[in-house]
Amino acid sequence: MELITKIIKFELSNTLRSKWIIVYSAFFLLLTFLLFNFEEDANKAALSLMNIILIVIPLVSVIFGTMYVYNSIEYIQMVLCQPINRKSLFVGLYLGNSIPLAFGFISGTFLGIVLSGYSFMGYKSIFILLVIGFALTFIFTSIAFLIAIKVSDKARGLGIAIIIWLMLSVIYDGIVLFVIYYFRDYPIENIVLGISLLNPIDLARIFFILDFNISALMGYTGALFIKFFGSSLGVVISIIMMFVWFIIPVIFGFRSFYKKDF
Amino acid sequence: MIALKKIDKRFGKFHVLKNISLTVQPGKITAIVGPNGSGKTTIIKSILGLVRPDKGDILIDGKSVLGEFLYRKKIGYMPQIASFPENLTVQEVIKMISDLRNEPIDIESKLIELINLIPEMNKQIRTLSGGNKQKLSAYIALIFNPSIIILDEPTAGLDPVASSNLKQKILEERSNGKTIILTSHIMSEIEELADNILFLIDGRIVFDGEVRDLIESRGEHKLEKAIANMMNEKVNGTYN
Repeated sequence: MELITKIIKFELSNTLRSKWIIVYSAFFLLLTFLLFNFEEDANKAALSLMNIILIVIPLVSVIFGTMYVYNSIEYIQMVLCQPINRKSLFVGLYLGNSIPLAFGFISGTFLGIVLSGYSFMGYKSIFILLVIGFALTFIFTSIAFLIAIKVSDKARGLGIAIIIWLMLSVIYDGIVLFVIYYFRDYPIENIVLGISLLNPIDLARIFFILDFNISALMGYTGALFIKFFGSSLGVVISIIMMFVWFIIPVIFGFRSFYKKDF
Repeated sequence: MIALKKIDKRFGKFHVLKNISLTVQPGKITAIVGPNGSGKTTIIKSILGLVRPDKGDILIDGKSVLGEFLYRKKIGYMPQIASFPENLTVQEVIKMISDLRNEPIDIESKLIELINLIPEMNKQIRTLSGGNKQKLSAYIALIFNPSIIILDEPTAGLDPVASSNLKQKILEERSNGKTIILTSHIMSEIEELADNILFLIDGRIVFDGEVRDLIESRGEHKLEKAIANMMNEKVNGTYN
């Protein structure tokens, strides 16, 4: 544990000085400031911000994570030549990469809201927004680490990372719509519910929409969504699914890291 | 003492090490030489635990080190290409390694003067030249007073003064009883430094013995000629 803390400490002092983290944080600061300043209805501003978060955070986390591993191979080799076990190094690198990203997002968004003079009346939706951004950062960084450790070729790995992001954030919605449309004459609510649980971005979106109580806009499955995700069982299952999305890539990533030849 | 026993390693379809067994003599400088892709770096990386052999065992001081990590306290390693966190300063990197190894050091020791790193101490890694990164790498390999020193192409990229100082330091470490393994493509350097030589071709050991024995056995005066001579013979032997 002491070793992991040491590695995280050095990773943080390295990453927090990186221009990219500053640009990333400034992006959320500016975006939040503009949205909350120029939109009179704070709920609408939060909804717009949410839509951007659902696209930007997975993309940046997955690209930043894969590039980070590829660019750090020689550095990883150097650290592994010290009396350090691979587990501590993996956990240290992972947290040292995802914590600054999550911190960049949270600090930028929080400052943007404060600067816009928003009174935090709808603090619950802001809180959900920050939690979702935080969770998506950790989930997509773990996916990025798994890809970059498994695939040695940088171009191929980056390509896979972008395809996974595209699948989960864009193509997946299309597939769900297709299923709903094509099988509209059948009782497919449970299947659609199941499909939504399999995509972390969809789960994040549902969480947020439920808070606004506008899930009825999602069509005839809306009521079912409220019934399921609104119930305590639904909330627990969705939190578990988000955790599964984080832990499975971390476990497989670590296994590959443990066996990998550097 | 370092011993490799029947080490076999494949990277996909490439059979990089073919049933290699060897013993590195303690207190001596052993040079590993061979054409590009002959398996030199894979041997070094296997000893360090960076590469996991498919078969065989690696013993250091009589104990198997496969899957272990604490034994690396005994080893100082200077890689072919040095890479450190870009945004940290030289001093911070040194402190980081010292912290990770849990071995406090006197940063401003004689070694830092010898390697001439003092002017670079407060510079960020990304502003350093390739040569200065190599100097930092050499410093990290030597400062913790390890009993085994592994140097992969140590003088490549160093200026003549730094290169000469490093060679002097390597010889000094041998007289202190350290076990040293190095690779180099500069044969005159190997002749100058190494006691023993391990000659690899295509993942197999073709010579393992003293440098002067290799030169004498080929009837040559220089190591470079003896090695070239042997390499031609092996290549022709393989293809004829």
